[in-house]
Amino acid sequence: MYRAIFLLVLSLFCCSAGDKNEPIPNKKGPKLLEWTKPKGFPEPVYDLSRNPLTQEGVLLGRFLFYDGILSRTNLVGCGTCHQQAAAFTHHGHELSHGVDDRLGVRNSPAIQNIAWSNSFFWDGGVHDLDLVPFNPIENPVEMDEKAFNVLAKLRKTPNPNSKIPVDYPKMFKDAFGTDEINSERMMKALSQFMMTMVSANSKYDLYHSGETNALSTQEKKGLLLFEKNCSSCHQGVLFTDNSFRNNGLLPMRNNDRGRAGITANPADEHKFKVPSLRNVGLTAPYMHDGRYHSLEEVLDHYTESVQKLKTLDPVLIQANGNTGIALSQSDKADLIAFLKTLSDDQFIKDTKLSDPGIGNSL
Amino acid sequence: MKSIHQYLVLAFTVCAVTLFSYSSGAASSSAETFVATGGKIRIEFDNVVGNRNLVLNSVTYKNASNEDFVITKFNYFISNVKFKKADGSVYIVPQDSSYFLIKEDTKASQHITLNNVPLGDYVAAEFMVGVDSARNTAPIEKRFGVLDPSGSMMDDGMYWAWNSGYIFTKLEGSSSKGNPVNGKFYYHIGLFGGYNQRTVNNTRVVKVAFGSVKASVTTTSGPEVHLLVDVLKVFDGPGTNVSIADYNSIMAGQPAKSQQVADNYVNMFTLGHIH
Repeated sequence: MYRAIFLLVLSLFCCSAGDKNEPIPNKKGPKLLEWTKPKGFPEPVYDLSRNPLTQEGVLLGRFLFYDGILSRTNLVGCGTCHQQAAAFTHHGHELSHGVDDRLGVRNSPAIQNIAWSNSFFWDGGVHDLDLVPFNPIENPVEMDEKAFNVLAKLRKTPNPNSKIPVDYPKMFKDAFGTDEINSERMMKALSQFMMTMVSANSKYDLYHSGETNALSTQEKKGLLLFEKNCSSCHQGVLFTDNSFRNNGLLPMRNNDRGRAGITANPADEHKFKVPSLRNVGLTAPYMHDGRYHSLEEVLDHYTESVQKLKTLDPVLIQANGNTGIALSQSDKADLIAFLKTLSDDQFIKDTKLSDPGIGNSL
Repeated sequence: MKSIHQYLVLAFTVCAVTLFSYSSGAASSSAETFVATGGKIRIEFDNVVGNRNLVLNSVTYKNASNEDFVITKFNYFISNVKFKKADGSVYIVPQDSSYFLIKEDTKASQHITLNNVPLGDYVAAEFMVGVDSARNTAPIEKRFGVLDPSGSMMDDGMYWAWNSGYIFTKLEGSSSKGNPVNGKFYYHIGLFGGYNQRTVNNTRVVKVAFGSVKASVTTTSGPEVHLLVDVLKVFDGPGTNVSIADYNSIMAGQPAKSQQVADNYVNMFTLGHIH
């Protein structure tokens, strides 16, 4: 009986073997990369279970981030306006310029700790990190390209005329198993790389983790002033509460409506996302339109020039009815000393985040 | 010995199952042995202007505000398709298979086919014009096919990258009342209600009753529901007439106006016939 079954089974295996031409599973595949949450940080907003980091995925994202192939002119990459040395901002540019030197209407925001962001851009127009890159790619004053055209260009690599002839089909295969290049994979690779842009190694972090000598006396005084006057908006270890607020900037000629441009709610008029203050000493100029060139000017705004606009944030109206924050000259000096302790040297010098040699700084 | 026995039984079972599935695959072509559980319904979206056929780029039409216009682009999303039987039971097309982009310049896009529809007589159809808020906020792996956000705004792109969300209806054309720069008008209607803060919701649900005719889905034949889609209804509302002279551009920046356009075009679908 057993023998009969055995023969039957054997014959079945033999005849079905021809149908299964699958090779032996390749155990190599992309290597998982553990994403570590810095001590004291909250859980990330980005859902890593949908897009687990791999070494190959992050590397692909890094190439895509810096490669000008994302733009119509093949010159402007993400890294053009988000430069590592300036904590991924466009240092020295009040308003960023994209292809053909076209000027944008806002200052390019820092890309750091994006893992904890629940909305993106100054107006929060995008709610999912995976959908962020479509915006600069398609914006006529940034990359002025069509996302599907970027995919088509990537499929045609390696291009011998490129600065570095990157073989994207191979990199996609290494990262995702096949050489198919599509929106989902491209965006997920970019998200993987941006997830690794974590800044949590400033002098302040050392102090926060218990090294009481990490901050000087002046910096500690600044910290106390910060907690009293600034931390209601620039909250917690991320130094932002991710809210949208009007901080009393006189609207410029283009009357940027900020958040109201997305929600159409009059209560959101001239409100902008509260930026994180991590690396703030490196990200001048400041505000959504880059109007202030130094931290001194920023603090002068808060003490002298907060406008009583209809939607001015109530926290900027003092008990005596004056607008702004009351700070003395020495308070300001102490605060600035503290703010500079948020600079993260390790972050801006981390070679894993740097341009692999394909980028352009314009 | 026992373990070998278990192995053999397991192997035999696997093979038996494999054999069974092979044979069922082969038999599905002959209806005698296996009862098919579904058929298909096709819907044709036939774009018209009043009682005339819509022709892009060349024919001049007039709206209720007596404004001349030529249509150069007419695209819209149809989603969340359902069919109703006389007994009130409803067949809901599986979510992932229920998004269609109808484009006047692409004939094939105007015929949609719903497969695996349970057999029976259907008396009404229901669908959404636009893309529901769930899919507007879904992760990128749920945005494939017509929902791929990589489409370009300069071409047929139906996704706003700066204010993340799909454009539900895109109507563009030219008119003597168009904007003073190039004589064109642009109506891009989207907005799904907002992600974490409420905005205007321009998704609209259309119900088309089949009246005296029925759409009978059988194993051998699937009906085609021929819908007429009248562009004039985008302008000419039951409530508000949209004038090209007054509004040569309606997009995300004028949510209240875009709402009026959506209230108008929800009425553009009527049943032509079923065959």
